This record gives sequence, C-alpha cells and structure tokens, in this order.
Amino acid sequence: MSDRKVVKFRGAGFAPISKRGVGPLVFILLIGFLEFGTRVGFISNLTMPRPSDVFWTFVNLWSSGLLWQHLIPSLTRLLVGSSLGISAGIGVGVLVGLFSFIRAGLVPLVSALFPIPKIALLPLFVIWFGIDETSKYALIAFGTFTPTVVATYGAVDNVDRSLIRMGQSFNLSWLSIVTKIVLPGAMPGILSGLRISLAIGIILLVAAEMLGAQYGIGAYILEAGSLYDLERLFTGVAILSVMGVTISALIGRVERRLLKWRV
Amino acid sequence: MDLLLENVCHSYGETEVLRDISLSIPSGKIMCIVGPSGCGKSTLLRLLGGLERPSSGQVVQLGTPPENCINPLTYVFQDFALLPWRTVEKNIGLVLEDHQIAKARRAEIIADVLARTKLTDFAGALPRQLSGGMKQRVALARALAVNPAVMLMDEPLSALDSQTRELLMGDLVNLWTRQPFTAVYVTHNLNEAVRLGHSIVVLSRRPGCIREVVTIEKPLSERQIRDSELDAKQEYLWNLMREEAAAADQELLNV
Ligand SMILES: Nc1ncnc2c1ncn2[C@@H]1O[C@H](COP(=O)(O)OP(=O)(O)O)[C@@H](O)[C@H]1O
Ligand SMILES: [Mg+2]
Repeated sequence: MSDRKVVKFRGAGFAPISKRGVGPLVFILLIGFLEFGTRVGFISNLTMPRPSDVFWTFVNLWSSGLLWQHLIPSLTRLLVGSSLGISAGIGVGVLVGLFSFIRAGLVPLVSALFPIPKIALLPLFVIWFGIDETSKYALIAFGTFTPTVVATYGAVDNVDRSLIRMGQSFNLSWLSIVTKIVLPGAMPGILSGLRISLAIGIILLVAAEMLGAQYGIGAYILEAGSLYDLERLFTGVAILSVMGVTISALIGRVERRLLKWRV
Repeated sequence: MDLLLENVCHSYGETEVLRDISLSIPSGKIMCIVGPSGCGKSTLLRLLGGLERPSSGQVVQLGTPPENCINPLTYVFQDFALLPWRTVEKNIGLVLEDHQIAKARRAEIIADVLARTKLTDFAGALPRQLSGGMKQRVALARALAVNPAVMLMDEPLSALDSQTRELLMGDLVNLWTRQPFTAVYVTHNLNEAVRLGHSIVVLSRRPGCIREVVTIEKPLSERQIRDSELDAKQEYLWNLMREEAAAADQELLNV
C-alpha cells in the first residue's frame, strides 16, 4: 500500500479537567479592559465606574468600619435563612424520595411553589413575621427550600437500587439503610443542588434587604442606586459576587472531602 | 437449618416465571442452579431469601439457624453491591453494625474474613481502587462475616474475566473445603456448575420448572480444570439445556 496515512485522532474533548488560573485571568482581563476603557475615555464615566475608583470606595468602606456593619447582618441572614431552608428541604426531599404517599402529596405542591418569585411574597412574610429579621429569614428559607427539595428527591431517586436491596438482604434497619446507604448515595446530587439553592439565597437576601433594612449589603446597594452613586453600587455588587464565589468554593471543598470515593 | 421450596409458582403480572418448583436445599453442600437466561433463576433466589413473595406455594425454613449466625440467608450479588464510599473494612463492618456485637468482636470477625479471602492488605482500600475480582472477594468476605446458614449467590463470577473467575473458583473451593457452607449458586456457566456444585438443578425455559437434578459425587477439592468425568457431566448438562436455550433465545426475539 503506498497510500500511507496516520489515523486521525478524534477522541478529544468532553473530559473537563481543572485548569488553574484561567478563572482569575478572565476577571483580570475584564477588569483591566474596563479600567483601560474608562481611563482612555472610550467608556464614559457616566456609564461605567472606573474599577480603581470602586476599589478605593471599597477600601474606604473597610477602613470606616461600615463594611462589617453591612456584611455581618447580611451574612447572618443568609446563614440562618438558608440553613433553615436547606435542612428542611433535605428532610422533605428525602421523605418524598422514600415514601410514595408523601411523594404523591407533595410533589405537585412543590412544583406549584417552585416557580413563584419568592420576592413577590415578601409583603406576605412581613405581615406574618413582622418587618424585622424573622421575615427575612423566612423569605430566604422559603426560597432555598424548594430547589433543595427538588434536588434531594432527584438524588434519592438516583441512588443505586441494588445497594438498597443489599442492605435489606443483610437485615439492616430502615434507619441504617437511610443514613448509611441512601443519604451518602444521594450526597453528590444534594451538594450540586446546594450550589443553586445558595445562589438563590443571595438573590433573596438582597431583595429582602432592599425592602426594609437599615444595614446589609442590599440596603447599601439600594441607597447607592437611589443616589446614582455608581462606585458604591458596584462596590456592593462586587461584594455579592465575592460572596457567591466564596460559597461556591466552599461547596467545592466540601464536595472534595465528602465525595473522595467517586471515580 | 434446611430450606425447602414447596410447590412454588411465581408470576410478574401476566408473565409466569416459575412453575411448581419443589426443592430441598441440602445443608453443607453447594447446589447450583442452571437454566437459559430469563428462566427465573434470579427470581428463584430472591424468593429463597425473602426478597420477594411467591405467588403461590411457600419457602420453608426447617429448624433454627445456628446460634452464632448473624444473617441466616445471605446474598452475594453479581454486581458486588459494595458501598463505594466505604473502605473494604467498613463495607464488611456495615453488615455487623446493626447487631449488638462488641467492637472488639466485630474487629475480630472482620480480620478473620479478610484473612480467609486474602484481603488483609486491602482493608483500607476503596472499592474503586479494586479490580472486579477483588470486589467480589470483598463481597464474599462480607457474606462470610455474618456467618450465613445459607449463601445465596446470583452469578457471582459472571462479571469477571475468565482468568479471575478461575482463581475465584479455586478460592471458593478452598473456603468450602476448610469450612463447609450451604450455598445456592445460580449460574449460566456450566463449567462453574460442574466445578462447584454437589448437585445441579437444571431449569427449563420460562416458565421455569425443574427438568432434572444432576449430582456429582467427586469431592470439590479433587475437581480439576481438565477432568474427563466433569467434562462428561458438562456435556450431559449442555445437551439437556441446548434446546431450551435455543427456544428461549427465539422467544426473546419474538417478544
Ligand atoms: N421485577 C420484575 N418485574 C417484572 N418482570 C420481571 C421482574 N424481574 C424479572 N422479571 C422477568 O422474569 C423473568 C425471569 O427473570 P430472572 O429471574 O431475572 O431470570 P434469570 O435470572 O434466569 O435470567 C424475565 O422474563 C424477566 O423479564
Ligand atoms: Mg439473573
């Protein structure tokens, strides 16, 4: 055969591996571009604040001590609200996953609640729980509850049935099967659901704070927005983004710890 | 303790899977069950261990299991069914945790079964680090840990390559020779059946009923890979099954 050809490689792609530094690079390029644009002038200061100005606003916020005054109430609300919502969500999700009766009763209800923009219900929560912290906790809890339920029962459905059957065949108690087989088996799905739930939690946090809070990142953003103070507005938004990235990184760490067993 | 199947029939909806099976499981022996695929072997095993209720007839347990028996009817599954998030040791520990067994005694049992299955060095490994043969040895160790009165094995070696299967068959024979156990061993591999079975039950195609029970007197430890007596038995079994298997194959096509 004279017609010699190397067999073409066509197995590339579809196998994401972690590339260090690419994520930060995207941020640096984007911020560098904005900085450059606003300095040179092809981006007007009226449409976009200069990143370095935003940075100095942040430094001021920090040194004046106001940062913590806003951040601590916000983090508390997020923590309390989302832990309530997520723990209730995992509990209900597991029950829905395990019991046909509960599933038949609750799945339609959850589907009905899921698409409601929870922000629209804030006035209701204010009437029920008062204007103070409780209504904010309730809003965040409610908002994180539904996606957690859906993720959890999906994850429970996906637990390998043959493992459960194995547990039964060794006469493990019902509780053992749930805690030692179902829950660990559902953990990957539950954790990826948490990413979504917590992002929704941050969104609702800001919404709740915009509607009645003296301190909090949402209140800070609202105040800056009403004054058209773009530097402060962007400072607030950047803080939210950092919160999002931090939470996502934390979940990533938890995943690496808890899901070491995965291939 | 003996197990007895009395006129057991089973159907899934319209599909009749097993018809009038009566069988006594001799204790201290390995009974193999062979039959064409889809004839209800796995179903029969599930009925034996109480994972499924027969449509009619009954599965009877004669006598009480021995004192030290933690889980009288214990399965070994084809797909191993190991918890991927637990190490070898903890996978075995799992089946001891729900019983009031002192921690020290538990560790003792685990060490013993690990030694018997030659897994001591792998106590801390996760299932994903093990080959198929190793995983099945872990599953076997787990089954031995509860000291079963009857082991119910559903094609335990079918997911393994032929070399590993040969090795594990040797291990099973050694385990049995050192300490005889009762087992019902389902397989579609006639070679496994003649190497491991004291008796071999041949099922017909669906609805499965017993065509014949073949016994092999030769002690397990004396059965070799090339053995004219076993080869003759295997050929005999194959002749019994050939038509059934062909017909079962056709049926699957016609569905
Ligand atoms: N849970 C079930 N529901 C309905 N049909 C089943 C179920 N399990 C098995 N069957 C049917 O019963 C027949 C026997 O299955 P099985 O016992 O697994 O056969 P084998 O193990 O001998 O290959 C097959 O036709 C299969 O489709
Ligand atoms: Mg089968």
